[in-house]
Amino acid sequence: MREELQLSELPEIHGAMAEFDTPEELLEACERAYSAGFRSMDAYAPMPVTGLAEAIGYKRNKVGLCVLIAGICGAIGGFSLLEWITVVAYPHNVGGRPLNSWPQYIPITFECMVLLAGLTALFSMLAMNGLPQPYHPVFNVPEFERASIDKFFLCIESSDPKFSVNETTDFLRDLGAKEVTIVPA
Amino acid sequence: MATTENLDSKELIDPGPDRILGTGHDYETVTDRIAGIVYLPWKRSPRKWLVGAFISFVFVNLLMLATGLLFFKGIGIWGVNIPIGWGFAIVNFVWWIGIGHAGTLISAILFLLKQDWRTSINRFSEAMTLFAVACAGMFPILHLGRPWLAYWLFPYPNSMWLWPQPRSPLEWDVFAVSTYGTISLVFWYCGLIPDFASMRDNAPHLWQRKIYGIFSLGWRGSAIHWHRYQKAYLLLAGLATPLVLSVHTVVSFDFAISIIPGWHTTIFPPYFVAGAIYSGFAMVLTLIIPLRAWYNMRDLITLRHIDAAAKLMLGTGLIVAYGYSMEAFFSWYSGDKYESFMYWNRVTGPYGVCYALLILCNIALPQLLWFRQVRHNVLVVWLLSLVINCGMWLERFEIVVTSLHRDFLPSSWGMYIPTKWDWATYTGTLGFFLFLIFLFVRMLPSISIFEVREVVHHDRYMERAYEEKL
Repeated sequence: MREELQLSELPEIHGAMAEFDTPEELLEACERAYSAGFRSMDAYAPMPVTGLAEAIGYKRNKVGLCVLIAGICGAIGGFSLLEWITVVAYPHNVGGRPLNSWPQYIPITFECMVLLAGLTALFSMLAMNGLPQPYHPVFNVPEFERASIDKFFLCIESSDPKFSVNETTDFLRDLGAKEVTIVPA
Repeated sequence: MATTENLDSKELIDPGPDRILGTGHDYETVTDRIAGIVYLPWKRSPRKWLVGAFISFVFVNLLMLATGLLFFKGIGIWGVNIPIGWGFAIVNFVWWIGIGHAGTLISAILFLLKQDWRTSINRFSEAMTLFAVACAGMFPILHLGRPWLAYWLFPYPNSMWLWPQPRSPLEWDVFAVSTYGTISLVFWYCGLIPDFASMRDNAPHLWQRKIYGIFSLGWRGSAIHWHRYQKAYLLLAGLATPLVLSVHTVVSFDFAISIIPGWHTTIFPPYFVAGAIYSGFAMVLTLIIPLRAWYNMRDLITLRHIDAAAKLMLGTGLIVAYGYSMEAFFSWYSGDKYESFMYWNRVTGPYGVCYALLILCNIALPQLLWFRQVRHNVLVVWLLSLVINCGMWLERFEIVVTSLHRDFLPSSWGMYIPTKWDWATYTGTLGFFLFLIFLFVRMLPSISIFEVREVVHHDRYMERAYEEKL
């Protein structure tokens, strides 16, 4: 597949991808690429690597905020539902207790909070990651199969203003990459 | 792809201080080893797996028979009566849900406490949680009498404009158990996504790659994705931790909020939670000890894991023992004659044998776990885990039956004798649970691959640090 690629096909290039053997090498390469001025890039690893996302300039993780909002909504929603049932929709004297016996609504309020917050944790993470995504150019690189097993990759994308096929490829080689591949879009 | 034959089959491997896995693992070998179990052709499944799966499938059929008859004839086929209206259905409900709790403890609480050893057993325990909750959830619904109306338990706008009673712990149960089941599933699936991606990339057949590919949702291991993923996973762990405590607390409220002697105590919530974790760890060990032998995973689930689980079992067992002694103490100290009669009856009454067995199984025998030699003898730990499973079941039986069978008025006293359909339903859910476990180990990675890769990295780091120290 790589042989077919010519420089004339430049607009259809997703980026240049470098392969590394260890997480430490990848982390160092990312830091150097970032300080060299590259911004549009992504690193791929078969496991979470501490500091990797920060090394390529990622700052704001909004999953926590989404979960907080969902949790608050869940708690308010659950509690209001119970209040509405017992006070408005179906007022019902149970053993002389007041209609608004709110301490007894706490368990369900808590469960609703956890339910909504937990579902939001998964789905907001997936949504922000753009998953499910059936196609992505990085999978065009045959070696990328190992990205989910034991190899570590850095891909500088062609959308970066500093990107140029030859220079970026040389730059990645200088970073100590085992192999550098052009990623077709 | 490595198969499981050419592996070190040394019986017991202690990985040594600061190490979690056996020696000689790298990122690729752990992937091949764990995923290799799933890729093994069905024809080459271990004979023990085939026998086990077959026997448990027989019991699945027994369950279907028992529930079929129950739907046809009603709960009269069970031994429940007045005054013992709860019987096996609630005994088994509480027992199963308790078993599920160790799974959440391992995956969430130990994750928050940064206990790295959990990585080898968390996936498996989460699966156990999910299947145990499925078994647990079945019982209250079967017990409804008209199970097809189970949806009445949920608040939904209906033509009768009737709403469930949110002041009742039984309604809290509906929310607690359904939330628990949902969040356990979410947590489990969230952990599986990166492993599905690994299997999409190295499964031997195209059809396997396609199936795992669909479930991996196109995961590609991007650093930014991992960052969000870890945040989501951490938050899920943080949510699951209070959730697991709340679920068994609510289950204990089913009893404690009532005014039945022996149920109406404040010790119930913590004592139930400890008992749940106790029985759950027993079930983890019951399942994982044969599994690691059959699939030769002794270097991934090492003696260190078994030792740690045994210690946790001992610890929670002591909390349970404290619960028993407080129960006895307060029945005397309260000065309430119904309370003290209930306790005296529990020990010396018609179900006294159960109580003696319960003390033997839950308090006396587990004390052997104080000894290192016992904890390091896999067979003895396995037998003790079985004993504790029985003991915890007896505990639930004691709580439900002995408190109910002596009503306030002697004219309303009764006895509960489980019928063969009680036993068929109970053993049927055991078969259902085990059958799901058998399918799980063949179809999904039973150890979290990406987390074990992190452990490999950690072990290497520790090794280097150790060498530098020398």
